[in-house]
Amino acid sequence: MTDFDYIQPTTLQEASKVLSSDGINTLIYAGGTDALSLLKNDIYKQHKVLNLKKIEGLNYISFDKTNGLRIGALATISEIGSSPEIKENYNIIHEAANEIASPQLRNMGTLGGNLCQRPRCWYYREDFDCIRKGGGECFAYEGRNKFHCIVGGGPCYIVHPSDMAVALLALDAKVVIHSNNGERTIPINDLYVLPQDDPMNETILKPGEIVKEIQVQPPVKGIKSGYVKFKERDTWDFAVVSVGAVINSTNGIINNVNIAFGGIAPKPWSEKSLNKSLSSVRINENELEGKLKNLFSNAETLSENAYKVPLVRNLTKRLLLRLVQ
Amino acid sequence: MIRRINLTINGDKVGIDVQPSMRLLDVLREILNLTGTKEGCSIGECGACTVVINGNAVNSCLIVIGQCEGSEITTIEGLEKNGELNKLQKSFMEKGAVQCGFCTPGMIMSAYALLLKNPNPTEVEIQEAIAGNLCRCTGYKQIIEAIKSP
Repeated sequence: MTDFDYIQPTTLQEASKVLSSDGINTLIYAGGTDALSLLKNDIYKQHKVLNLKKIEGLNYISFDKTNGLRIGALATISEIGSSPEIKENYNIIHEAANEIASPQLRNMGTLGGNLCQRPRCWYYREDFDCIRKGGGECFAYEGRNKFHCIVGGGPCYIVHPSDMAVALLALDAKVVIHSNNGERTIPINDLYVLPQDDPMNETILKPGEIVKEIQVQPPVKGIKSGYVKFKERDTWDFAVVSVGAVINSTNGIINNVNIAFGGIAPKPWSEKSLNKSLSSVRINENELEGKLKNLFSNAETLSENAYKVPLVRNLTKRLLLRLVQ
Repeated sequence: MIRRINLTINGDKVGIDVQPSMRLLDVLREILNLTGTKEGCSIGECGACTVVINGNAVNSCLIVIGQCEGSEITTIEGLEKNGELNKLQKSFMEKGAVQCGFCTPGMIMSAYALLLKNPNPTEVEIQEAIAGNLCRCTGYKQIIEAIKSP
């Protein structure tokens, strides 16, 4: 592991100042559960580590029915998973948070870190000079690719590992980004990029930019939401495939639905055409099977991951049935 | 760069001069000689290194000591008071919840953190609390029984 200077700013302004002068060589650090692994494996070689945790005012969860939900980037996954307001009003976030990692990791891991964590691809994490690390090829494409993407891939075939990002995408959440130049607020969908646009980064964040807050609109009366995650090891693991849905229905008929998928693409994924096609559909097993039979029929599966296509269809059906029945 | 880090370990205030990048696990074992905390996988998957920081169970292998400034840390050594084992430790012995013993300190610290917040957990709550701790010997049944009835 590269030895590093450990910097502990106490304000965002102070952090921005450090980052504006040497952002490329400075690693932004919060819970550290992912970042320390990357440092230990020499995937990250920054000489400065900037610990955000001493900055006051970034760890909060606030909710009211008029303004909706605001979560500070330093709120831990445990705090999010145990928040009564989130459980009552945004069940999808509650379920996703409690599906993340182990209790120990949830106690350290933060929302900002979860959204910005790096992919779990074994070629990226191990000693391979892959595209995501600036090399010339994606070893998963013709190698071991059981957990890799089925849509949105090329030239790199990672999947994005964040559960929170999938839940927040289904909720059309917004992300507040802080930098030395001020703040901007963007839809969470715009936070992430595909490898075809940037094969070395999962987000649009530039050196020096910090995720500061997540905003979710107030819950609409009658809306139900949930998150289902298929893991190879049931106790805790990253998603093989996950589905989050926010649904508004009347008497078993869908008025509108917003579905997001994890474990299938290099970014949290949504299919607007699917959401549209489910409008006015009566929720029962037969109807849903009909509507979902062609979901991801255009997937570009690799040698070992075609199983994800029926898996994502079945998980989607299972989740929608659970939410409405 | 060496820095002074002040923290409370097992009720004692300590100041240590150390590289902030050193893992908490290494500080405990190599500087403070608190070798009850074990190193297993080193990547946060096995839970053998679990300690309690400010009331929460965490993996000490994934925390740098710089993050611990001002924290209250409890390790397995901190459970014994005046020469008497904590009731959770006694319960592990009584229920046969220990075989090779390597996972035991981490397992007990996860259980200890649970009982701090929830003195009467259900079996499901116990299972969830120790989900981050691997045991390859006992099959977990005796461990859950021990946590249920300390």
